[in-house]
Amino acid sequence: MWSFLIATVLLPLPLAVSTWAQESRPPDASRPSGRAVLERIDENLVLDSATGVSEMIIHGRSGTRSIRSRFWKQGADSSFVEYLSPPREAGKKMLKLGDMLWTYAPEPADRIITISGHLLRQSVMGSDLSYEDLLENSRLIEVYDAEVTGEEPVGGRPCWVVRMTSRVDDAAYHSRTVWVDKERWLPLREERYARSGRLLKKTTIEEAQRIGERWYISRATFRDMLSSGEGTEYIVESIEFGAEIPGHIFSKAALRQ
Amino acid sequence: MLVPKLAWRNIVGAGLRTWLNVIVLSLAFVMIIWAQGFVRGMFEYTRHTMIQYEIAGGQFWHPGYDPYDPLTIDEAHGIVPAALQSLAGEGEATAVLVAPGAIYPDGRAQNVLLKGIDPAQTVVEIPTGTLAGGGDGYIPALIGERMARQTGLGEGDWVVVRWRDAGGTFDAADMRIEAVMSTTLASIDQSQVWLPLEQLRGMLRTPGEATFVILGRETPPPAAGGGWIHRDLDYLLSDITAMIRSKYVGMAFFYGLLLFMALIAIFDTQVLAVWRRRKEMGTLMALGMVRSRIIALFTLEGALHGLLAFLAGAIYGIPLLWWTARAGFPLPEIAGEMGFALPERLYPSYGALLVLGTAVLVMIAVTVVSYLPAAKISRLRPTDALRGKMT
Repeated sequence: MWSFLIATVLLPLPLAVSTWAQESRPPDASRPSGRAVLERIDENLVLDSATGVSEMIIHGRSGTRSIRSRFWKQGADSSFVEYLSPPREAGKKMLKLGDMLWTYAPEPADRIITISGHLLRQSVMGSDLSYEDLLENSRLIEVYDAEVTGEEPVGGRPCWVVRMTSRVDDAAYHSRTVWVDKERWLPLREERYARSGRLLKKTTIEEAQRIGERWYISRATFRDMLSSGEGTEYIVESIEFGAEIPGHIFSKAALRQ
Repeated sequence: MLVPKLAWRNIVGAGLRTWLNVIVLSLAFVMIIWAQGFVRGMFEYTRHTMIQYEIAGGQFWHPGYDPYDPLTIDEAHGIVPAALQSLAGEGEATAVLVAPGAIYPDGRAQNVLLKGIDPAQTVVEIPTGTLAGGGDGYIPALIGERMARQTGLGEGDWVVVRWRDAGGTFDAADMRIEAVMSTTLASIDQSQVWLPLEQLRGMLRTPGEATFVILGRETPPPAAGGGWIHRDLDYLLSDITAMIRSKYVGMAFFYGLLLFMALIAIFDTQVLAVWRRRKEMGTLMALGMVRSRIIALFTLEGALHGLLAFLAGAIYGIPLLWWTARAGFPLPEIAGEMGFALPERLYPSYGALLVLGTAVLVMIAVTVVSYLPAAKISRLRPTDALRGKMT
């Protein structure tokens, strides 16, 4: 009889007390809402239009290789990338318009290849980034609900821990956890999860740069957590926000120019 | 009967020269039949294997399905029409759902096609029964030998599989290789992973959907509706038929070369015979034989080479070809990578039509090359012939 009483009444008591205590705790006035955090991240990272030069350092099983490229981005739908080095990759180009992507290789066959659907999820040149990851420029706030779940420093900088859950059916990642720099509003660490809860990708921003009013990535590392590679470093060498980009850049004709 | 008798006596009298011609021609004859039987055996094996493992009695495709277009495979699935669902319920058909995904054997990403099929199906001979035991928190999978070699995976191994559901959201889970099937058919093996249909439908969040439905071998195609397209055996085998046809064309050069060498020997013999036997021709004309009969005599002599070659070829060819059809030929491992199903040992297939067709072709060719030198006789005057002159 006593054991039944303890099991049914007394054991759940601490849990109930704790839940009551949490619910009755006044909201932390200094803690921003998840939505506000996403807005600040989008302000920094979503580009209306930009052009610049970046470098991708791929730490693969067979060694490390580096690929430099110039990029042009306009809104969420239009991107153009031209590879500058190494010589083997120089001249290759990539155009994204909406859900379609075309790659162009001058050698050996002067060919344009269409990439769409599941092929967009393939790795770009053996890196930890997919075509989608590389050219993504959509607003987090349009895709995810967010909740600030705590605080935790990353690299010595105080961060908000934000749990994001997709609120649309076609989000690539069902949920994400980001550690957002409280001062610069950059996601210094990010984990992207599958619907099953399995960790798929991890991103860390090691260096950031201030350009005008905006904080932007200088150096970040992407890692596909399902594969055993050492990750891919992404370095933004230079970037110009609000650049005037001629319309012909975002056309298939530009691939062969 | 005079002409055949004379012709026979003459070619037997020619001795070794005749037998050398006969042997060369019979070799060409047997080689042509063997090579054609080899290609035919290849075609029959591939056709049989495709029906057995992949296409059975034909398929119904979702309107958006194009197996050669990787850009559309994401969208190529839909609710199975009622008529096909009913057939599947009766075991007369089986639905297959196809989705792109990636597996990570040894931490290395590899793109694959995930194919969901009912583990209890008996329409095709893929050992899907091995998928029946899964579902306890993991995904059971069946792969082919090629795939096992490519990935280093074996029975009982675990591997992470990543896919996107119908909405486009990533998901990932552990998969266990329940069995490795032995198959020569790359189209059900290479870069493919077979899963239980209902489990894949759950993973993709596409209940009741499929990409194509395979009909049983004896099942007549119903009116499916929903825009689903019936693909019959002729359509599904058209690639392999075209490939084999191109092999026949390639082999035709080989046959032509063999036949050319044999026919050159016959032609040479006939030219020499017409030249050497001028006086004999003159004598026959003087005795009253008309030119056309003399031409027939010489042409028949040449054609008899073909007949003797056929008989000689039969003496050693029949046991040899029978033995090759029974014992088969071991193929090198690389043959399996040629794009269509090839067994470790290929058994040539010789039909009566093949042998008779080849015999007729050889006989006609021999008769024509025998006639060409003999045709000169039509312009021969008996007086010139008796003096040993050709005009």
